[in-house]
Amino acid sequence: MRPEFCWGSCVPLEVILNVAASGLLTGLVYGLMALGLSVIFGVVRVVNFAHGEMMTIAMYLAVILFSYYKLDPLLMMVPIAVVLFVFGYAIQHVLITPFINRPEHSQFILLVAIAIIMVNVLLIVFGPDAKSVQPAYAFDSFQIGTLILDATKVYAAAAAIIVAAALFGFFRFTLVGKAIRACADNYAGALVVGLDVKRLYALTFGLGAACVGAAGSMMTLLVDVTPPLGPAYTLLAFVIVITGGLGSMMGALVGGVLIGVTEALGGLLFTPSAKSMFAFGLLVLILLFRPQGIFGKRPT
Amino acid sequence: MKNDSRPETTTATEGAVNNRRRSIVAGIGAAGIVAGVAPFNILRAQGRALKVGVLLPRSGVQAGIGQDCQRGVDLASGILKDLGLPNIEIMNGDTESNVDMARSRAERLISEGAQLLVGAFDSGQTTAIAQVAEQKGIPLVINIAAAPPITEQGYKFVFRNFPTAAMILGDAFANQKEVFKISGAAPKSVVFMHVNDTFGTAMQKGISVVMPKFDMPYKILAEIPYDPAARDLSVEVAKAKAANADGLLLVSRLNDAILLTRELIKQRWSPMAIMSMGPGWYEDQYLKTFGKMADGPMSFVPWYDPNKKLSKQLEGALAKAHPDINLNTNHIFTFEALLVAADAYKRAGSTDPKALADAIRATNITDNVSIGPGIRFNEKGQNATVKNAAIQNRGGKLVTIAPGVAANAKPENPMVAYNKRG
Repeated sequence: MRPEFCWGSCVPLEVILNVAASGLLTGLVYGLMALGLSVIFGVVRVVNFAHGEMMTIAMYLAVILFSYYKLDPLLMMVPIAVVLFVFGYAIQHVLITPFINRPEHSQFILLVAIAIIMVNVLLIVFGPDAKSVQPAYAFDSFQIGTLILDATKVYAAAAAIIVAAALFGFFRFTLVGKAIRACADNYAGALVVGLDVKRLYALTFGLGAACVGAAGSMMTLLVDVTPPLGPAYTLLAFVIVITGGLGSMMGALVGGVLIGVTEALGGLLFTPSAKSMFAFGLLVLILLFRPQGIFGKRPT
Repeated sequence: MKNDSRPETTTATEGAVNNRRRSIVAGIGAAGIVAGVAPFNILRAQGRALKVGVLLPRSGVQAGIGQDCQRGVDLASGILKDLGLPNIEIMNGDTESNVDMARSRAERLISEGAQLLVGAFDSGQTTAIAQVAEQKGIPLVINIAAAPPITEQGYKFVFRNFPTAAMILGDAFANQKEVFKISGAAPKSVVFMHVNDTFGTAMQKGISVVMPKFDMPYKILAEIPYDPAARDLSVEVAKAKAANADGLLLVSRLNDAILLTRELIKQRWSPMAIMSMGPGWYEDQYLKTFGKMADGPMSFVPWYDPNKKLSKQLEGALAKAHPDINLNTNHIFTFEALLVAADAYKRAGSTDPKALADAIRATNITDNVSIGPGIRFNEKGQNATVKNAAIQNRGGKLVTIAPGVAANAKPENPMVAYNKRG
């Protein structure tokens, strides 16, 4: 007899494990996407309301490279991240820097405007049709006992872990990374010791954008891209970083995994239509009992 | 000469009476002029194009299907001209796959001069447009939308040349039994997966009423509703697979049909039969996305009779404009909605909305495309004679497998498992 988990109706344990594994793999890619948002907020203290839209741009770049040159999105993750880094650096340097000392609502309106422009430019250029990539391994899966793992999700999750590890390493072991952390910890102190804060801010925004570029490239393996996808992912990134702790890199990754697994298991054990309800339910619980998020610091 | 003895009030009253009298005389004169030139107006109306507002989900989650319907619009003008029908001027409206947007776009098209509306593929959006059309007194000819309540409201300006959910289900079950009989194989159990929008919910409600009348060979083991805008359906497919059913019964859209198929292959589940009672599985975008993996699913949907003269003409026009696209429900019923509009305009001889509505009510088109005796509307504005077919994806093409009178191929049932397609 197969072990079962019963809640209303019975679901075999192997199905629960399969769905949980799928949620975990998707959650890691979500985590990488949210990592960019967390890095930007943690240092620049600007909330990037165009985050999902930037990921959509990366997804379209991956689609173009695949459609015209048959370049695999996994291999193109680095070049796309570089393009998004330059894009993010330019946005911070040209548009956001003048708003750094302005009220938060001005920053909010600026980034929402940028997001709307991005969605509409994508609509003009690519139209509303869903675009996808279908590499040779698109339908592959790995079987480990009763566990069946979607190959694209495994590759994307592995890439997400590598990119996140590289980012952790950058902030911990490089001089520039340490300088950025110094800006985040003490803005005035960073200015006093002569750090070029404006440049470091632009660099941080670029790094956040690069993260989302890499995540977008991988995400094309999991979902079809359409221009209106951006706002949905911006919202998802917010849910993840608030759950994990705004500004915490580890929090973003853990938050992504938590949201991915919660959505998957909630959908399986209750009703799939209400998947998002469980993610938002988790968010409400976190806000009630740990408002700073799982890895967030309590404000002093 | 002025009579000063009259009180001021009387003069004022008389003035008012005189004014009213002048207005009445002017009104009669104007009416006479209008009546005198009325025949010329009718002639002018026939020379002028009828302004038809076509509302479709051209963007958003249903964009693929909305743009496919647009192909039916694009093909219409040439064929209608060949049929000797008057010109129609198309005014495009994008519902953005959104009910509120559908309502506001309908209002805007009417304010910009649309004399008749056509649309809108989706039941929820069409319901909203029907309310606007009825309120403003502008005829609406529905191309595709199956939720029964749309033509159960007693509307006078709403007409539907598309089967209701109950009609689709009745034909679908009858055609399924025919397919099972021909192929000698039938699933014993199925999982029913459906979108949770207006159409999906109407179909889900209809199944419990219609299915018992057909003594189907299968039982429904589980029912899984899902969001048509979902980006990932892995959980839904895992849940369906866990039910250990022989087949899949579906009411879906295009994007979700693609997501479901990907997950079926990745999760290594090949049901013996995939039976769709909605769009998605026969669309060209689906066939192109999956290639040989697209083969097998059967769709039990309103379709065209390949033996009808106008079907051949429409097929020819589509092949010329889009050589790589198969004629399908979206093209057929969008084209037929415009055919109804042009035919009514010809008979009404006027762009007056009431005259157009009366003419649509009296429609009797026998030279049409869809399966059935033709296009005519009952007292509710519903074409109750339009029929379904069963079609199957085969080598990037669509073949009709039931009913026997319209079939051009035998069903392949059970379908070839995904992992045995090389």
